[in-house]
Amino acid sequence: MEKFEVIIAGAGLAGLAAAYTLASQGTEVLVLERGDYPGAKNVSGGRIYLNPIRGLFPGLFDEAPLERFIVHEGFSLLAKERAVTLGYSGDELRKEPHQSFSILRSKFDRWFAEQAESKGAMLLNKVRVENLIEEKGRIVGVVAGGDELRGDVVVICDGVLSLLSEKAGLRTAPLPKNYALGIKEVIKITKEAVDERFGLQGNEGAAHLYAGEVTKGRFGGGFIYTNLDSVSLGVVIGIDALLKHEELDAPAVIDSFKERPEISGLIRGGETVEYSAHLIPEGGYDAVGKLYGEGVLAAGDAAGFALNIGFTVRGMEYALASGCYAARAILQAKEGGDFSSRGLSVYRNILEESFVLQDLRNFREAPRVIDNPRFFGHYPEMIGDIMKDVYGVPEGPKERLYLTVKRRLSLKELWAIFMDLRGVMKI
Amino acid sequence: MSDESRLKVKLGLDVFKPLKEPHIKIRPGMEKDGRLRPALRICPAGLYTERSDGGISLSIDGCLECGTCRVGCGSDVLDWNYPDGDAGVQYRFG
Ligand SMILES: Cc1cc2nc3c(=O)[nH]c(=O)nc-3n(C[C@H](O)[C@H](O)[C@H](O)COP(=O)(O)OP(=O)(O)OC[C@H]3O[C@@H](n4cnc5c(N)ncnc54)[C@H](O)[C@@H]3O)c2cc1C
Ligand code: SF4
Repeated sequence: MEKFEVIIAGAGLAGLAAAYTLASQGTEVLVLERGDYPGAKNVSGGRIYLNPIRGLFPGLFDEAPLERFIVHEGFSLLAKERAVTLGYSGDELRKEPHQSFSILRSKFDRWFAEQAESKGAMLLNKVRVENLIEEKGRIVGVVAGGDELRGDVVVICDGVLSLLSEKAGLRTAPLPKNYALGIKEVIKITKEAVDERFGLQGNEGAAHLYAGEVTKGRFGGGFIYTNLDSVSLGVVIGIDALLKHEELDAPAVIDSFKERPEISGLIRGGETVEYSAHLIPEGGYDAVGKLYGEGVLAAGDAAGFALNIGFTVRGMEYALASGCYAARAILQAKEGGDFSSRGLSVYRNILEESFVLQDLRNFREAPRVIDNPRFFGHYPEMIGDIMKDVYGVPEGPKERLYLTVKRRLSLKELWAIFMDLRGVMKI
Repeated sequence: MSDESRLKVKLGLDVFKPLKEPHIKIRPGMEKDGRLRPALRICPAGLYTERSDGGISLSIDGCLECGTCRVGCGSDVLDWNYPDGDAGVQYRFG
């Protein structure tokens, strides 16, 4: 029977970050990946923020296959018949080091895996970890592709569904309210068309989020991120919302989004080259599972490290950072020769001191605050109506602006807005 | 184009390796369970269909391995697993 120091289940960002960090320190590490190659099973909107993680992987991302750096941020409220958009761009977004990039995961993960392998990590593709081996209450290895493989410690990095965390007793069965479904298309258009339609030059990129009618006023939204010569377009819908609202039909949601006049012009003449779907952890801090046990740690989506605060969806940096921190915890445990949960508990301390758990804690209320039907249904319509009146020029005389706006904002409405803002103040 | 054929075209763009056996199964006797009904709407690949007897069946080819049905319907009605290695969807972009 083969024995390794560390076995990592899953070659996503968390698993590869752990493998890269461990192998760089000379630790013997085996990564098992069920896809044909790393990234083959992975879906992301595709927007990564490098600032929080550059220091953890010095120089590494200089050569990474990044698509475009984001210099235009857009957010639109889509009402049934109109849209209101807020945009932001600034010199700070154009200055190096750029804070955020669009990426495509099959390219990125494959590249990252090569970097980990060059440090000495061993990667086996096309191998699914079927089970964990437990002896005397302690995880001592995995069953994969029918073989038993033993390790001092197992790192669970199998992504959002994390069947393995459930088996290890780190998580319980998933609750619909803690997950959202993401459906995405990669649509090829030429680089020139991307540049022109989004007002970009060179490797500049744009990121645009949409809320409101995309999900028929229910929890979720849409996104478009520009790649070099394609766009990543998708929708995100809370599973609870999907279950509760019978008018929502998952495959149709992305089609109606593409048909919106605000969107169809951006992808005109484009050719869809891939259709994908994947879940996103949306429960925030309160949905984070147990992070370690006897001989085992969990990182990335498997641990529940992701954050949706409405205008940003983040999971990739948390996966990369937590993978790196899991590796550091293992290195410390190795020094003490103690891979019990006591020896591995330093993982939690490292995470607590890092942006990972601090962000999640700071935005702990976000899932509850955002899950407000008024944000997705009422406000897009109301703000759209105000804009219609403000910009409209009637045949006869035009009403004073104050009266126009006041008509839409009754005392009752103002009170409701005040209450919603009180909620928003918690995030 | 109907919604159904549009979805077929989209799934046709993806690379799928043949599955040796279905990795998701409706647990025997659960075909008419209420918890399974949402699967007709929530599966992004539209793989669940209603039979003439009112029961629901699943045709696994085209599964995106997203897990929506697992989280949405639960493990009481579905026996859910990832396919073995060397099988299922292989994203080229992700
Ligand atoms: C539509 C969508 C849009 C998103 N947008 C963004 C965004 O813009 N920015 C952002 O930061 N985050 C975004 N996210 C979230 C982000 O993609 C995840 O947080 C991130 O990919 C998590 O990385 P991970 O390594 O934990 O998991 P994954 O990337 O899911 O990797 C898990 C790996 O484990 C493998 N695996 C699973 N089970 C087994 C097994 N039993 N045996 C062997 N291997 C196994 C899988 O094949 C996979 O390679 C988005 C997610 C979705 C779905
Ligand atoms: S895993 Fe996703 S694609 Fe596959 S059957 Fe379930 S819902 Fe449909």
